[in-house]
Amino acid sequence: MTDADNSPGPHGPRTSTDPEPPGTPRHKTTAELQRTLESAGSAVARAAAVDLAQGVGRAAFIFATTVAAALVLAAPLTIAAGSDPLTAYTALYEGSLGGQRPVAETLVSMTPLLFGGLAVAVAFQAGLFNIGVEGQLVAGGIAAGVVGIKMTTWAPVHVILALLAGAAAGALWALVPAALKAWRGVHEVITTIMMNFVAFSVSQFLVKPGGALEGEIPTGTEPVQATAELPRIWEPTRLHLGIVVAVIVAGACWYFIYRTPGGYRFRLVGANPVAARFNGISSSRVIVEAMMLSGALGGLTGAVEVLGTHRRFLDSFSPGYGFDSIAVALLGALHPVGVAAASFFFGLLRAGSTQLQLEAGITRDMITVISGLVVACVAARLLLSRRAARSRGGAD
Amino acid sequence: MRGITKRYPGVVANDAVDFTVESASIHGLLGENGAGKSTLMKVLFGLTAPSAGTVEIAGRPVVVNSARDALDLGIGMVQQHFSLIGDFTVAENLVLGREPLRRGGLLDLERAAADISELSDRYGFRIDPGSRVGGLAVGARQRVEILKALYRGAEVLILDEPTAALAPTEVAELAALLRRLRDQGRTVVFISHKLSEVIDLCDRVTVLRGGRVEGHREIGSAERDDPDRHGALAAELARMMVGHELPEPPARVGGPVSRGVPALRLEAAGDGHRLGPIDVEVGAGEIVGVAGVEGNGQTELVELVVGVRRCRRGSVKLGGADVTRWSVRRRINAGVAHVAEDRHGAAVADGLDLAHNATLGFQGRPPFSWRGLWLSLVQMRRLARGLVNRFGVQTVAVTDPLRSLSGGNQQKLVVGRELSRGPELFVAAQPTRGLDVAAAAFVHSELAALRRRGAGVLLVSLELTEILALADRIVVMSGGRVAGETTPAQVDVTTLGRWMTGAGQTAGAATAEAAA
Repeated sequence: MTDADNSPGPHGPRTSTDPEPPGTPRHKTTAELQRTLESAGSAVARAAAVDLAQGVGRAAFIFATTVAAALVLAAPLTIAAGSDPLTAYTALYEGSLGGQRPVAETLVSMTPLLFGGLAVAVAFQAGLFNIGVEGQLVAGGIAAGVVGIKMTTWAPVHVILALLAGAAAGALWALVPAALKAWRGVHEVITTIMMNFVAFSVSQFLVKPGGALEGEIPTGTEPVQATAELPRIWEPTRLHLGIVVAVIVAGACWYFIYRTPGGYRFRLVGANPVAARFNGISSSRVIVEAMMLSGALGGLTGAVEVLGTHRRFLDSFSPGYGFDSIAVALLGALHPVGVAAASFFFGLLRAGSTQLQLEAGITRDMITVISGLVVACVAARLLLSRRAARSRGGAD
Repeated sequence: MRGITKRYPGVVANDAVDFTVESASIHGLLGENGAGKSTLMKVLFGLTAPSAGTVEIAGRPVVVNSARDALDLGIGMVQQHFSLIGDFTVAENLVLGREPLRRGGLLDLERAAADISELSDRYGFRIDPGSRVGGLAVGARQRVEILKALYRGAEVLILDEPTAALAPTEVAELAALLRRLRDQGRTVVFISHKLSEVIDLCDRVTVLRGGRVEGHREIGSAERDDPDRHGALAAELARMMVGHELPEPPARVGGPVSRGVPALRLEAAGDGHRLGPIDVEVGAGEIVGVAGVEGNGQTELVELVVGVRRCRRGSVKLGGADVTRWSVRRRINAGVAHVAEDRHGAAVADGLDLAHNATLGFQGRPPFSWRGLWLSLVQMRRLARGLVNRFGVQTVAVTDPLRSLSGGNQQKLVVGRELSRGPELFVAAQPTRGLDVAAAAFVHSELAALRRRGAGVLLVSLELTEILALADRIVVMSGGRVAGETTPAQVDVTTLGRWMTGAGQTAGAATAEAAA
């Protein structure tokens, strides 16, 4: 046994908790096996740390290679756009990391992308493709906005209730596709896209002149009350507490997916729904749970934008965060740590795009091109690793 | 075909097989699963190269390196699984890969349809080239497959278990069609393990067993029409298929089967479709072997017991408790363990690592979890390492994805996992499939240990030797029902063969004659 990760090396001392000390007869009875299983382990923290390090290492490697490939592939396009790679990438850097305001703007853009990326990743782990984050964040944004405007209560309670309202609205928005998938077998890609359009229309209906949430500006509501605002944390920039919430939620997602039986059920249904069924796991239930959790994260995306960045609900406040989230989740290899890194990268692109336009004279659309290249590189990598897996499989 | 030998690593699938088919005849190829029928036909059709031996057509040695070669030589094969595209019409399916073109490179479907109609009428296929394949019944789809082979110029047709998915009337229709083909000079190789069909249809039959030719028999009208001779031939063929020597049942260790509350009891249970009504009882401390030809309801039986298939008729009882309406989860908690027949599909998730797969079904309870809020990877890996050591699973680390293991090693892990549940009822469907001899013997000894401990074991196997070696009682399934029941001590191979092959049911065969 050369189990590398948490058992002592071949020459190291074996701990007393190892199930099979040397000299144990191989053929023990089932009862003895069960007894050994029941005795408690001692290396919990070490194992968790090793696992986390492995997860980070893998995600970081994938992230770095994919991003590098996309930036290299984009270089000739900067020349085609009438500039050169050096100017373009310098401008991108200046606009995203070159000072307090650029860094803050990067983090402001990263926040919704992190929530949205987690939403997509959680669903993906259970084998579901949630393309409806854009709709869910609109639903979440409306709910958070309504609670923020109409309710009156103390500051921390108010903002927490508004966030929870956003999560609940997102989850409910995802419940429709979830139920249709779980009990009617309707593909979630179709239904989540449809729900997006419903959300956009509801949003327009509410904020249009004469609509229920009409405000003093044409496409937005009244501002939320000060008690419902997510506080700014790095004056004088727009950076708000949402980024902290997002990182905490990412940690919670990691814990849930990899360290709870519930997350294991998600991954199992994603990996093999039939095996899940034979082991007493209801895939219908997991589908509903995963989709609603994904929707709640989508709803939080919108709630945080409304309460932190805009301080009011605006129709079309999202420049496609929900759709970029798909690329974020894929680039992050569906691992919360990877998703965090990927959302930072996409946040950086968004923040740097203005500078890119001003300094290098390259249209902001270049950012969309780079995003597209990232997705293409991810797809190519998946294709390659699948082919590698197949050739390995053929060997045995 | 002369002296065909095909070796796979560790197994000789065909051992110096001589197989001669006369033209314009229907030749049956009989044998149990794993007897080497499919391998022999794959050699003939060019899907695999023989390790030794030659293939001759009309006395001339030929080399068949691919299915294309085989088609050029006039050999067509209809696989068990159809290769038709449901959204295409019959004509579109048939021309696929060799589309007739008119000038300008346009597809000439009219001409193809006319050709197909002519072919269909000549042999009485009753197939409309314009109908959509997806809308056809299974029997009709099979006729389309045969038509496809003929359209591509096949003189010799190989049909691999063509009746497996057909209803009795469709079988009769197929038989009539094959006779017409023979009468017009085509040659048919009919692979089956259903004795009565072979006797009713074929002119000659070759029996394979364990990769060798067990014997040939001519079948004349006397055997078909005279019930006594029909029965005698069926018995003889059954003996040839199953073999003469049966292993001695091993000495029983441990106490007699408890006559108390049975571990499992099915009362007139059925899924309202392909299974049942069926009565099966597994006593505490008893191994009940379920024998039968693949596809006769064993899969459905296992699913019904495990709880994946809904029991629509009758009842299922575990240790006296009526579990007919219980979920899979509740049944697992009540002590049901299950080694799935389709490991890849139902027992493992090969993208997850060994530790996760070892814990599958345990994940929600201690010591692997604390109130559903914490999943202990340490405990999961400890279980996996325990199983790896105890069952000799060849692996580098328990954090490797399961797909990095060979099939046999995956199976060892699955069997180990299910044993470690400490089951009251162990449902083992093909538990030794893909295992080497030593590992299979180990699994057998574990099943015997379960029996000693007082657990009930339902052992579904296609290998009679396995059942004869282990079971206290043998239940033979045919057509979704229990065809007969016996014990290894009293087993009579002829009867067993008849039960397995449904030779007792000659009603279907009579219909076939009438339709012809």
